[in-house]
Amino acid sequence: MPAFDEMHGFGQGVRPAYRTIQAWLDSSDPENLKRLQKEAEFLFRRIGITFAVYGDAEAEERIIPFDIVPRVLTGSEWATLSRGLTQRVTALNRFLADVYGAGDIVRAGIVPADLVYQNPAFRPEMVGLKLPHDVYVQIAGIDIIRTDDKDFYVLEDNARTPSGVSYMLENRDVQMRLCPDLFAETRIQPVDNYPDELLASLRSLAPISAPAEPTVVLMTPGPLNSAYYEHSFLADKLGVELVEGRDLYVLDQVVYMRTTRGPKRVDVIYRRIDDDFLDPMVFRPDSVLGIPGLISAYRAGNVTLANAVGTGVADDKAIYTYMPEIVRFYLGEEPILKNVPTWRCREPDSLRYVLDHLPELVVKEVQGSGGYGMLVGPKSTKEQIETFRARLVADPDGFIAQPTLALSTSPTFVGEGIAPRHIDLRPFVLTGADKVRIVPGGLTRVALKDGSLVVNSSQGGGTKDTWIIEDPADSAPPSAGLSQSQSQAGG
Amino acid sequence: MLSRHADSLYWLARYVERAENTARLIEAATRLSATPIIADGGRNEWEMAVDGTGTLDRFHEQHDEATQRTVVDYLAFSSANPSSIRSCLDIARANARSVRTALTMDMWETINSGWMETRGVNSPNLTRQELSDFLSRVKELSLRFDGSAYRTMLRNDAYYFLRLGTLIERADFTARVLALKADVLDPTRPSLGGSADYFQWSWILRSVSALTSYHWVYRDNLKPNLVAEFLILKAEMPRSLVSCYENIMINLDSLSRDYGRQGASQRKARMLLSQLQDTTLSGLFAIGLKEFLERFILDNASLGDTIAEQYLG
Repeated sequence: MPAFDEMHGFGQGVRPAYRTIQAWLDSSDPENLKRLQKEAEFLFRRIGITFAVYGDAEAEERIIPFDIVPRVLTGSEWATLSRGLTQRVTALNRFLADVYGAGDIVRAGIVPADLVYQNPAFRPEMVGLKLPHDVYVQIAGIDIIRTDDKDFYVLEDNARTPSGVSYMLENRDVQMRLCPDLFAETRIQPVDNYPDELLASLRSLAPISAPAEPTVVLMTPGPLNSAYYEHSFLADKLGVELVEGRDLYVLDQVVYMRTTRGPKRVDVIYRRIDDDFLDPMVFRPDSVLGIPGLISAYRAGNVTLANAVGTGVADDKAIYTYMPEIVRFYLGEEPILKNVPTWRCREPDSLRYVLDHLPELVVKEVQGSGGYGMLVGPKSTKEQIETFRARLVADPDGFIAQPTLALSTSPTFVGEGIAPRHIDLRPFVLTGADKVRIVPGGLTRVALKDGSLVVNSSQGGGTKDTWIIEDPADSAPPSAGLSQSQSQAGG
Repeated sequence: MLSRHADSLYWLARYVERAENTARLIEAATRLSATPIIADGGRNEWEMAVDGTGTLDRFHEQHDEATQRTVVDYLAFSSANPSSIRSCLDIARANARSVRTALTMDMWETINSGWMETRGVNSPNLTRQELSDFLSRVKELSLRFDGSAYRTMLRNDAYYFLRLGTLIERADFTARVLALKADVLDPTRPSLGGSADYFQWSWILRSVSALTSYHWVYRDNLKPNLVAEFLILKAEMPRSLVSCYENIMINLDSLSRDYGRQGASQRKARMLLSQLQDTTLSGLFAIGLKEFLERFILDNASLGDTIAEQYLG
């Protein structure tokens, strides 16, 4: 069966949300589209939106391809998503406060103790530490997919240092420059208030000891990092300093930055650097990117880190399989967003099933990210499957498996014309002291290769502008009954 | 602002200015090489061009002979020369990338697109036309960078550090070009005869892009003492030493006003500026032009160090 298409559904004609797009595509000849695509690439290159691909020295700076055909969601689809995202991220934060605090969920037997406390991302330094308003994940990127017009599934929670939001913002800018007429015909929810919302969230979580106007900085590993462009872009939009470790130092458990006017106290660090590199005195001693003494200042409550240290224990793929129970446990609600059915290879029955069905399944490393180290069964050769089988048998705890989902497709310009390509969506969820903020939309990623299901930019994925539009007058009412039972396969 | 950002801005500006200056040196040498005179104690115009960048020793480590081919390669494209145009633009862009937040979009686009456009050019076997196009693009990059800074940047410390980088580099270059030809500018020296003097003097002015403005200011033929006066003491000439220092002072004063504090940089610059302002043409030649310029180059470098110590560390 062909995948669900965002524009054509299962082939029953154009869905109302896509009428404007349809009319635009119908009236544009391929040459015109090709010209727009070229212009888009030129704009991105000039602005300097480049992306370094690890392990690829030749293409040190490469742009993530931008597709000129926007992806559209209706207001009511977004309303569902938005409620689901708020619920999910609230549960993630409650989970983190619990596992670094009382540990109720483990004692209740909902999540196995070893998955939490033996988890490499679990940070003993965080135990017993009280964070402002118990917020651990100030910025989350939740990867969402769908396979029909009813349900949204969470593919992955990103609770460490999710990236991509600069593309959400730049894609809108470029799309508006390329197709001003489209924007005149459709009312699209703006995204450009994201930096304001982010700053408001970050400030609301400053330490109690901070002044009324806390000093926020964005910390980057430096220009060689693959997301450096995004770091500098965001710092600029936020109006905060873009710092590296060497710009900061700690004195008497207070963090200062070196400025041309002398030392200046820092209250909130939006850090885009992994836990391991934050403080060579506590984590990796060989890290030259971090700030010696940072964790002592953190534990003294003199600085806020966003996201908090040790959030990785919540977005791990093994914990992921428990998310429906985690939502129910803390919030007493049914999850609004579904989980993709997942086999935990650590459980012997599941492992047996997975080993028997490798050619049909997607197998992922529990600790992996960015589309590295995964097996897409149907797209792999016999050798690749056998190599993976050996790894799986050697370390079953390190893997989970999921069915190969028919991710929805969206019309995409592919050189010769328009063709369907698989997509996902990463909305960005901000948690402050007062509330959860979500800018309507997110980053739509698209697998540009025909038939490919891997949307990661490191693996040949591209991006699209994402539109949340008012519900078309004659669109179907939003699907009722969002309380589906979570498929927890395996076991 | 972050000290590291101030440092990157300062060096970004210096390297852009250096790239432009080097492009002008190559242009001036190309022009001189088309004239019939080769008379400077056996030094040819290509060796002079290298000397103008103060890296003659390094050049001779890599090349025996200074020819158009070796010098253009060394000054424009060599990655072994940290001050080649290619190296300057690479370093400038790396600095720009690390201070993206302190640059306006226009400035970043200028640096980034200029870097991309010139990156592909690197054969030492370029035709004259191709070389000339390349040099024009480099000059254009620098002009657009200056212009976009002037038109789009907030007037705050970031702007002042950027300007300081440009001005210190510019003063250094003017002084070096003059020092190179200090002997032919000595009015008591016997003439080389014919049009030889004219080519030497005009080479100096061309290297700092000042030939036309000389005529506007003096409405006279080229005279060696006036060339020296023009590039050292004339405040209306933007590449003259005195003009560079007037502007260095303005930017340092703006900084100390904003920061509420004077420091060693302000004191040192004020002293150097008043020395320049008190100097007369006859005084210059009495000290000895070459000695004067060599001391200036050292003083100017030392002001750079003082600024780094006070603000950029």
